[in-house]
Amino acid sequence: MSVDKNTVAKIANLARIAVSEDELEATAGELNNILDWVEQLSQVNTDGVEPMTSVVAAALPMREDKVTDGNYRDQILKNAPAVEQGFFAVPKVIE
Amino acid sequence: MSDLTKLTLSAARDGLHKGDFSAREITQAHLKAIDEAKILNSYIEVTSDQALEMADNADAMIKGNEAKPMTGIPIGIKDLYCTKGVHSQAASHILDGFKPEYESTVTSNLWNDGAVMLGKTNMDEFAMGSSNENSFYGPVKNPWRATNSDKDTVPGGSSGGSAAAVAADISIAATGTDTGGSIRQPASFCGLVGLKPTYGRCSRFGMIAFASSLDQAGPLTKTVRDAAIMLESMAGYDAKDSTSINIAVPNYEAALSGDVRGLKVGIPKEYRVDNMPPEIEKLWQQGIDWLKSAGAEIIDISLPHTKYALPTYYIVAPAECSSNLARYDGVKYGLRVAGDSLDNMYKNTRAQGFGDEVKRRILIGTYVLSAGYYDAYYLKAQRVRTLIAGDFKAAYEKCDVILTPTAPSAAFGLGEKVSDPLAMYLNDVFTVPASLSGLPGISVPAGLSSDGLPLGLQLIGQAFGEEQLLNAADVLETAAGFSDKPAKWWGA
Repeated sequence: MSVDKNTVAKIANLARIAVSEDELEATAGELNNILDWVEQLSQVNTDGVEPMTSVVAAALPMREDKVTDGNYRDQILKNAPAVEQGFFAVPKVIE
Repeated sequence: MSDLTKLTLSAARDGLHKGDFSAREITQAHLKAIDEAKILNSYIEVTSDQALEMADNADAMIKGNEAKPMTGIPIGIKDLYCTKGVHSQAASHILDGFKPEYESTVTSNLWNDGAVMLGKTNMDEFAMGSSNENSFYGPVKNPWRATNSDKDTVPGGSSGGSAAAVAADISIAATGTDTGGSIRQPASFCGLVGLKPTYGRCSRFGMIAFASSLDQAGPLTKTVRDAAIMLESMAGYDAKDSTSINIAVPNYEAALSGDVRGLKVGIPKEYRVDNMPPEIEKLWQQGIDWLKSAGAEIIDISLPHTKYALPTYYIVAPAECSSNLARYDGVKYGLRVAGDSLDNMYKNTRAQGFGDEVKRRILIGTYVLSAGYYDAYYLKAQRVRTLIAGDFKAAYEKCDVILTPTAPSAAFGLGEKVSDPLAMYLNDVFTVPASLSGLPGISVPAGLSSDGLPLGLQLIGQAFGEEQLLNAADVLETAAGFSDKPAKWWGA
């Protein structure tokens, strides 16, 4: 499996990273080097092996379903690049 | 008064408790040394005023007989930890100006014990790298240079700023984080002790996430005893991290008995990798001999899936990173680069805000998680990961700890590998398997290369077996008797 320019453009769009037309080729090359190298995992027989979901054999802790924090809007907004009337401000989405 | 910056953590603790010097004095000595070592670029932000205030509080704790082992100890904090109101950017451009409104649990634990923050240390951006050349703030220089050379070497990564700071005596100790080797490999390159605890031992709350199933906090220190003292302060259950484990934190220093008689030390044959430099091979054999002389029993073991650990890591870690780093969108914090639509604002912000290696990993991660490839890459890697962890489980039926080299080479030259990502990844060949399995690992300085650069040996322990691991490391450290320091070429 190897990626071409179009695939890189598609992934970059999914990842929301602008990649210019002239960077696509070089990026495809770099990604293919890595993907070719990880390809060696196909040599490993993993029939019947469960995928690891947690390195520690522990059940996730349960807690009571109640609100434990909140009411700090200003602290959350403090680091935002643009704030309007107590909200995060973004470029206009709806015409 | 002798130079307070040369002290180990345990000696500094003893001196502070006896009143030989104050927390303010030892902090001031370090701030002065930091100022003279700017060329190393190991600190991104120095918090002088805060440090002196914390030192005064520590002195009050000591006077009030409330001193803990970390009280008054000046330390560096990796820029990956959120520290309230203080620069916390994981050395990335995309977090420009970010000052958290909260404190990470690990740093809270340290401050509650009276430790003093000197500043935030440089690192590879978002902890992605093995040479500290991927920082938005520029590379860190290793205080160590080859004998009779004036060429700069890398400190390793990603906790390179923390490692360089401790090696240059501009912090007594420092926090690091380790995802695939980011504490142990820089410790090896800088002649230090670096401990990655068991996954779940330290809370990840407030640590800027890279790969959540692997990230773990740990100390970089001058000695094994120092690592034991510092880990005890950092570790512990935290309800804010659902993967932190609720078991008591032992007195790790008390575990250093100096006695390893009967300890079974496993030697994995698969770690004899192709092209391993003879001096690493020789050092490893030396380590085996040292532990044997101390009464340990040496056992040959096999970890058959070792060679698949790195490619597994380079699927799992980028996959998790692509998901974790989705939050950097120019809306909630940090950098925003304008665009003519919301989507283009995201794309421009992320294109300019992330460095090349971070972007590469996000793209790889996005690809391996994308529709049609998830099973072939991600699920496959998670299955191999189960096999790798199974190898260790089987090995620990026969042995107590495992001895390996930490890294396949000594520190390399600045700029030498920066254009070859795959060559860079190979640095973590010996550290990644334990990371994938959640096991604790420690690098102990064991000797010098023929060029006069430090080399480390790694001990890997069992899950939550830090006491046994630290005890074995302490014996290895004593046997190695590594006392070399870098020749000072920086500063006045």
